[in-house]
Amino acid sequence: MAALQQHTLELIRGNEEQILAQWQQNLAGHGQDNRISRQELDTQTRDFWRLFLQAMVAADAGSLQGPEWQPIRRFLEDLSAERARRGFNSSETATFIFSLKRPLSERVQAGLADDAQLLGDQLWTISELLDVLGLHTVKAFQKSREDVIQRQQEEMLELSTPVVKLWEGVLALPMIGTLDSQRTQVVMESLLQRIVDTGSEIAIIDITGVPTVDTLVAQHLLKTVTAIRLMGADAIISGVRPQIAQTIVHLGLDLQGIVTKANLADALALALQRTGQVVTRVAR
Amino acid sequence: MDRIPILQMGDLLLVTIQVDMHDQLALTLQDDLTDRIQRTSARGVLIDISALDIVDSFIGRMISTISALGRIMDASTVLVGMQPAVAITLVELGLDLRGVRTALNVERGMKLLQQPEASP
Repeated sequence: MAALQQHTLELIRGNEEQILAQWQQNLAGHGQDNRISRQELDTQTRDFWRLFLQAMVAADAGSLQGPEWQPIRRFLEDLSAERARRGFNSSETATFIFSLKRPLSERVQAGLADDAQLLGDQLWTISELLDVLGLHTVKAFQKSREDVIQRQQEEMLELSTPVVKLWEGVLALPMIGTLDSQRTQVVMESLLQRIVDTGSEIAIIDITGVPTVDTLVAQHLLKTVTAIRLMGADAIISGVRPQIAQTIVHLGLDLQGIVTKANLADALALALQRTGQVVTRVAR
Repeated sequence: MDRIPILQMGDLLLVTIQVDMHDQLALTLQDDLTDRIQRTSARGVLIDISALDIVDSFIGRMISTISALGRIMDASTVLVGMQPAVAITLVELGLDLRGVRTALNVERGMKLLQQPEASP
C-alpha cells in the first residue's frame, strides 16, 4: 500500500475541522442513539483523529502491523469492546470508521482536483487504509463478543452445579440440563470435593432436571457413582421420571449397583434411615 | 523410604501410605502385608490413602490387588480417605475396585471394621 503524499497529508490536516464536523454529522445522521451520547461520540472522534494523524505522519499504513499503528489498534479494540457491551451490532460499530470515508475523500478531491492521476491514487490509498481500520474494528468487535459468550458459558457451568447440604451427612446435587462429558467432570469434581470437606456419608444426585438420559449420560452417572463409592460414601440417584425410566429400560442400560429413587423425598428418607436418623412429627 | 510401615492395633492392621507410591514400594507392601496377616492372623486391614494424591494405572491396580489379597486371607479390608482426584482417575482407568469396602476417614473405617462384613 502506498503512503499518502506530503501534500495530501497537509491537505487533510488543513481541513481538519471541516472533516471532523462532517464526520460527526454523518455519525449522528444515522439517527439519534441513546446508547451513546453526542458528547462521547465527539470525544471518540477527536481521539481517533489525533491518533490517526500521528500514525499517518509516522508511517506507511501497511497492514496496520507496525508499532506506529499500535495506539490506534488499541483504541479501536477498546472502542469495539465498549460498543459490544452497549449492544451495538457489528455494522453499527464499523460505521464509526466507514463514515469517515466520505468527508476525507471529499476534502482530498477538492484539493487535488487539477491532477486526476494523483487524485485517483491518493483516494485509493485512503480508501484502503480506512478499509483496513474498519476490518480491524469488526474483528475486535467479534472477539469481544466471543469473550462475552465464553464467559457466560463458564458462568453457566458454575451455576448449574450447586452442591447443597440437605442434612447432617447428606449432600444433594440437583442436576439441571443436559449432561455432557465436560459438565459431568465439573460436577463430579465439585461433588467429591464437598464430600471430603463435609465428611458426608451419602450423596443424592437428583436428575429431575435432566431432559434425556442416553447411554452416554448413563455412563457418566455410573462413573460419578463409582467415584463416590471409592471415596467411601454412598450415592443415591433420585428424580427418575417415568419417561427416563422407560428410556433406560428400552436402551437396556445396566444401572445395577446404583440405588435409584423416584423423587428426592424418598431418597432423603433412605439417606436418613441409612445414617440412623429419624424424623418425627411433633404432636401439637 | 523403602518400606511402608504396617502398624498393629489389636487384631487389626493399619497401613498408612504417606509417600508417593512407586512400583517397587507397592510390591514390597504387598509382600509385607500378606506376611503380617499370616503371622498375626489379623482380622481386619485398614489402608489409609488420604495422603496419596497421584496414582497411575499400576498403583491403581496395586491398591485393588492389596485390598483383594486381604480379603482372600480372611482379613476384611477397608480402604479409607481416597482423594477426589484419585477416585476420578481410578474411575477413568476403569478400575471400580468392586468388592472393596471404602470409608471417608480412618474413624469411619474403624467403625466399619468393627461390624461384621455385610454385603454392601
